[in-house]
Parts: sequence; C-alpha cells; structure tokens
Amino acid sequence: MATSRPYTLILGVIGADVHVIGITILAHALREAGFNVVNLGIMVSQEEFIAAAIEVDADALLVSSLYGHGEIDAEGLRDHCREAGIGDILMYLGGNLVVGKHDFKEVESKFRDMGFDRVFPPGTLPDDVLAWLNSDLASRAARVEETP
Amino acid sequence: MWALLCDFGSTFTKTRAVDLGTGEVIAAAQAPTTARSDLSEGLGRAISALDVEASGEPAVRLACSSAAGGLGMVAIGLTPTLTGEAARQAALGAGAKLLRSYSHRLTRADVAELEQLAADIVLLAGGTDGGESTIILGNARMLAASALSAVIVYAGNRQCADDAAEVLRAHGKHVEVVENVLPELGVLNIEPTREIIRQMFMRHIVHAKGLDGVQARFADVVMPTPMAVLEGAKLLAEGMARRVGWGDLIVVDVGGATTDVHSVAEGTPSQPGVVWKGLPQSRVKRTVEGDLGIRINASTIAERLRGDRKWRHHLEGLEESWIDEQAASLARTVERLPASAAERSFDAGLAAAAVDIAVSRHAGRIERYWGPDGAVRVQRGKDLSSVRSIVGTGGIFAHSEDAAGVLRAALYRSDEPDVLRPRDPRLFLDSEYAMASAGLLARAYPESALMLLERTLKETA
Ligand code: B12
Repeated sequence: MATSRPYTLILGVIGADVHVIGITILAHALREAGFNVVNLGIMVSQEEFIAAAIEVDADALLVSSLYGHGEIDAEGLRDHCREAGIGDILMYLGGNLVVGKHDFKEVESKFRDMGFDRVFPPGTLPDDVLAWLNSDLASRAARVEETP
Repeated sequence: MWALLCDFGSTFTKTRAVDLGTGEVIAAAQAPTTARSDLSEGLGRAISALDVEASGEPAVRLACSSAAGGLGMVAIGLTPTLTGEAARQAALGAGAKLLRSYSHRLTRADVAELEQLAADIVLLAGGTDGGESTIILGNARMLAASALSAVIVYAGNRQCADDAAEVLRAHGKHVEVVENVLPELGVLNIEPTREIIRQMFMRHIVHAKGLDGVQARFADVVMPTPMAVLEGAKLLAEGMARRVGWGDLIVVDVGGATTDVHSVAEGTPSQPGVVWKGLPQSRVKRTVEGDLGIRINASTIAERLRGDRKWRHHLEGLEESWIDEQAASLARTVERLPASAAERSFDAGLAAAAVDIAVSRHAGRIERYWGPDGAVRVQRGKDLSSVRSIVGTGGIFAHSEDAAGVLRAALYRSDEPDVLRPRDPRLFLDSEYAMASAGLLARAYPESALMLLERTLKETA
C-alpha cells in the first residue's frame, strides 16, 4: 500500500543537552520539505523519544547531541526501541558527538554499532539530511511493498 | 427562588436548600444513605427535616452521587506516559473512581480481569490523530469480543475511530466516540471526554445503579460528586462576567476511603531557567490517593505519622498498642466520629499526614540533571507555589478543632524544596460541604454558586 500521508519524524536533543539551535533549524527545514515533524525540543530522555514515536507512529527518530555526551545518552536506544515494539524504526544521529577532535570514521562506526542507521558529522546542512531521509524512507517503503 | 441540592454519599445523603438570590443556605439536613433499600427513603427523611415550608417549591432540583460505588472506570491508553496518562486524567477529572488502567496491547488475561471489574465506563484511548492505529484497533476488537457491558468511550486516534466503533457496535456494545484525549503530542484535550462521561453517567449509569427512582421523584442526578467538587473549584477560581474569581486554587478533600486533591492552575514554571517536561497538565486537575483514606488506610497512615518528625506530635502520649487498635478499629467502622481528646488528636494527625502526602504527589517537582555545565533543572507537573487559596473540604475540616493545622499540611516544606507546593496561600475551610453544592449550580446559576461559596467558606489562619 503506497501511503499518501507524509512521513512522521521525531526530533529531539538527547540527555541533559540544551543546544536548541540546530534542532530548531532542522525541524523548520524538514517541515518546509513536507514532513510531519514532531520536535520534542531539548533535554529529551530515551523514554520520551520512544513513547512519542509509538503514539504518533513515527517513521524515523532524529537524535541530536551537541555537548559531547552523546555516547552515554544514546547507549541502548536501539535495544529499548526493540523492547518497545519499534525495533526497526529508522534512526539518525547528528550534532557534535564526542568531546574533542576525532577521526569521524571512527565516531561513525562506533555509533552505527550502537544501532544508528546514519551518523552525521558536525556542520551537516539540512539539505544533506533531507536527501538521505528521502532515499532511506523510499527504499524502506519499497521493501515493505515487496513483502507480501 | 431556591434550589434543592442533594449529595448521595456512600454513607450519608446530604440535602441543602439554597436561596438563589443570595446564595444563603436556608436549610440543611443529612440522613444515612440506605444504599441497599431505596435511596429515596433516606432522602425522604432528610427532606422532611428541612425547614422550607414557607418557601414553596424549589426552582431547581439537582443531585450528585458517589453512592453505590460511585462511577467506576477503567482507562486504556497506548503508552503509560502519554495517552495512558491522558486517559487517566480525563477519567479522574470526570469524577470517576479509577478501578484500573491499562496500556499497550490488551491481553486475554487483561480482558478477563476487565470483565471482573464491572466498570461502568471503559475509556479507550491510544495514538495521536493520524498516529498509531493497529494497537487501539486490536484493543477495540478484544473489547468487542468480551462479555463487557460497560459503556465504551472511544477517545483515541480519530483516523480509526470509525473502524473501532463499527467493530464494537457489531458486537452489541454501546460506544460513544469523542475527540482524541491527545490529538497531537503536547496537546492535552480532555474536556470532550469529561463531558461525554458526565452525560453517560446522567443518562445510563444512574439508571444502572438504581438511582433513577430518586431522579424521577426528587432531583436529577447530573454528575458524580467528585466532578461537582471540581466544577465548584473551577467556578470559584475563574469567576464569571460580573464576579471576579479567586484565582489559582487547590481543594483538598480528605475522606475515609481516599484523599482527593483538585487544582485549578496552569502550573507553568515560576523559577527562571527551568525546562518544563512531560505530558501537558490539565488546568483543572484531580488526583485521587486510594491509599490515603483516613479510615480505610488508618494503619498505613499511622506508620507514616510515626516516621515523620513533622507530624509525630499528634502521637504524643499515645501508647503504641492504643494506636494500632485505634487504627484497626477506624478501618472497621468507617462512619465513626472521634469521641475522646486522644482520638481527636490522632484523627487530626492522620488527616494532616494524608493532606501532606496527597498534595506532595499532586504538585509538580523540580529534578536536577548534572550536565557538563553544572545542574540543569527540569520541572515535571504543575508549579503550585504561587497558588492563592487552599480550601479544605470533607468531614475532618467540619469536625476537627485543629482543622487549620490539618490544612497547613498542604504547604511548602523546607525539607522538600523541590516539591512545588503553595508557599503563602490563604486557607479556607468548607465545613458546610458547599463545594459540591456550588458545582451543581455552576452551569445554570453561577452567580448563586459563587455567592454560596463566598458566604460559607471560612478563612482560617
Ligand atoms: C551556542 C552554543 C552554546 C549555547 C547554547 C544555546 C542554546 N540555547 O542553544 C550555550 C552557551 C548554552 C552552550 C552551553 C554549552 N556548550 Co556549547 N556551544 C554553542 C556553539 C557555539 C554553537 C552551537 C550552535 O547553535 N550551532 C549552530 C547550529 C545550527 O549547528 P548545530 O547545532 O551543529 O546543528 C546543525 C548540524 O550539526 C545538524 N545537526 C544537529 N543535530 C542533528 C541531528 C541529526 C539527526 C542530524 C541528521 C543533523 C543534526 O543540523 C544543524 C543544522 O545544520 C557550539 C560551537 C559551534 N560552533 O558549534 C558550542 C559547543 C557545541 N558547546 C560545547 C560545550 C562543551 C558546551 C558546554 C558543555 C560547556 C560550556 N560551558 O560551553 C555547555 C553545555 C550545556 C548543556 N547542558 O547542553 C562544545 C561541545 C564539545 C564537544 N561536543 O566536543 C562546542 C562544540 C564548543 C566547543 N568547541 O567546545 N553552548
């Protein structure tokens, strides 16, 4: 079944992080692009991300972390989603993920191992996010259509 | 012109004749609610004790009821923190006794339990509008296939409301569909649900509980008693065109089986730099503490009294064994009034502890998260620190010599600085049970209701 309704995205800044600017810009850009955006704002706990995603039947979780504690804050998120029955939800992570300068490839593979489908480096522009979302969501929709 | 107002309680039926021009209570009487025989018997006695012969027929006859178990409800949501909590708030705000709440997918064991609970109304919520739909539809199917005879109020995702209602109706269930209690995240919408629950109570539940004999002969039972208290509180806070209200307030109702707290306040953070999290709060909110009835739960509350330095003085000079026996005996004889000085002091202690704990649970609180930058503060629930008035209603505030002391237990505690309780409110005692009477009058005669409250609520230091 091809859905005519827009995709629903949950956005939020995880943990005790108060950097609100990036997520606000991102939410605005994605809304402009036609997505149904639920922006949970700053200081969002894993439980809040998950409960929100369940109630609105979200297609993707976009997790932001700027203050350098992303690893602790996002630990176990994928497993918690699985426990809550939304284990295969599309999950992105972006912002400023670790303290200090690191090779981004290392950072990326660490967070991908934690269950994020895509990990974005500092300074990622909304257009890049949009392009990835469109292609990932489209290929997921195609996969669903294939399975009888 | 006068109104005949009646409150069918589980033990007593209270009647009031109120002058609609002045808000004065012309006459008041009470008689035991003879629950097992016809309620109107007790009522007949109460009315004949009223001295209103000179005033002719009443202009209006209204009643509220918590008799025959009150309005028993079950709330079902999707996640416990979102639609589950929204459904619970809606049911409590409608004056229901919440028998049980469920979230996620109902299991067969859940449905078996639900059938046993014999609720009057089952509230089915889940999903925002356009959000999750398979679980609430599955739950509707489970309810449809059950032996449940309760009225089912559907207040979930409106995208699948038709499908859910259809499957329930096909199985002969009575379904009412209303707006979603949580149409989108961050928007709580419980008024339509409260209103349909009130209508169902008035049209069907009253009949099912055998109160309709009374209704035909005497007065229209229009809402459950706790809803009347809440409506009274709302009117008093908000006022009306010609009369200014009292502003943000709290009503504490200490009973034998539960302690209820009602607040009418936005509850927005008053401290700078605080982030407000969690489900949005309903401006008119009721919480019910089923473990804080000062009769039924006397023993457990007595334990709390022993453990809290602030309330321990109520136990001074009382033998440990006396306390245990007294608490046990209170639980057995629910309608009993304290006879000796020791019993009165103990009773006031129980009530103070109940008020303390119930208001602490109702109020919001500040949590600190230690970020790299130091503490970040988050508020959950309502900030009630600048609430202007607290009203105590219920037997203890009418009978106790230390009623003011009991009510003061609601105030801010310096040893719990993060609990956002009122700091400097005015304190009022409702020794006439006027809150529920005013709630009954609130729609049709708001000015009379306000005058009634202004006359009867007594300020205390
Ligand atoms: C403004 C700012 C603050 C303000 C925040 C104000 C506010 N309300 O937002 C204040 C002063 C409060 C602050 C505090 C702190 N900050 Co600061 N802050 C910054 C600063 C200067 C700019 C951040 C910003 O708004 N950028 C603009 C937006 C548009 O960009 P963005 O956030 O990166 O978001 C874009 C992309 O990254 C992407 N994106 C973001 N999230 C996501 C998520 C997904 C899924 C995707 C796909 C994309 C994506 O999309 C956005 C649009 O293009 C940065 C430095 C910098 N130049 O980045 C430091 C910085 C983020 N802060 C930092 C630190 C350490 C802190 C503090 C811990 C300590 C301190 N005293 O400064 C505290 C933490 C407080 C807390 N609990 O969160 C460090 C983080 C270090 C690290 N991670 O390695 C930085 C990098 C500064 C530095 N170089 O040291 N900060």
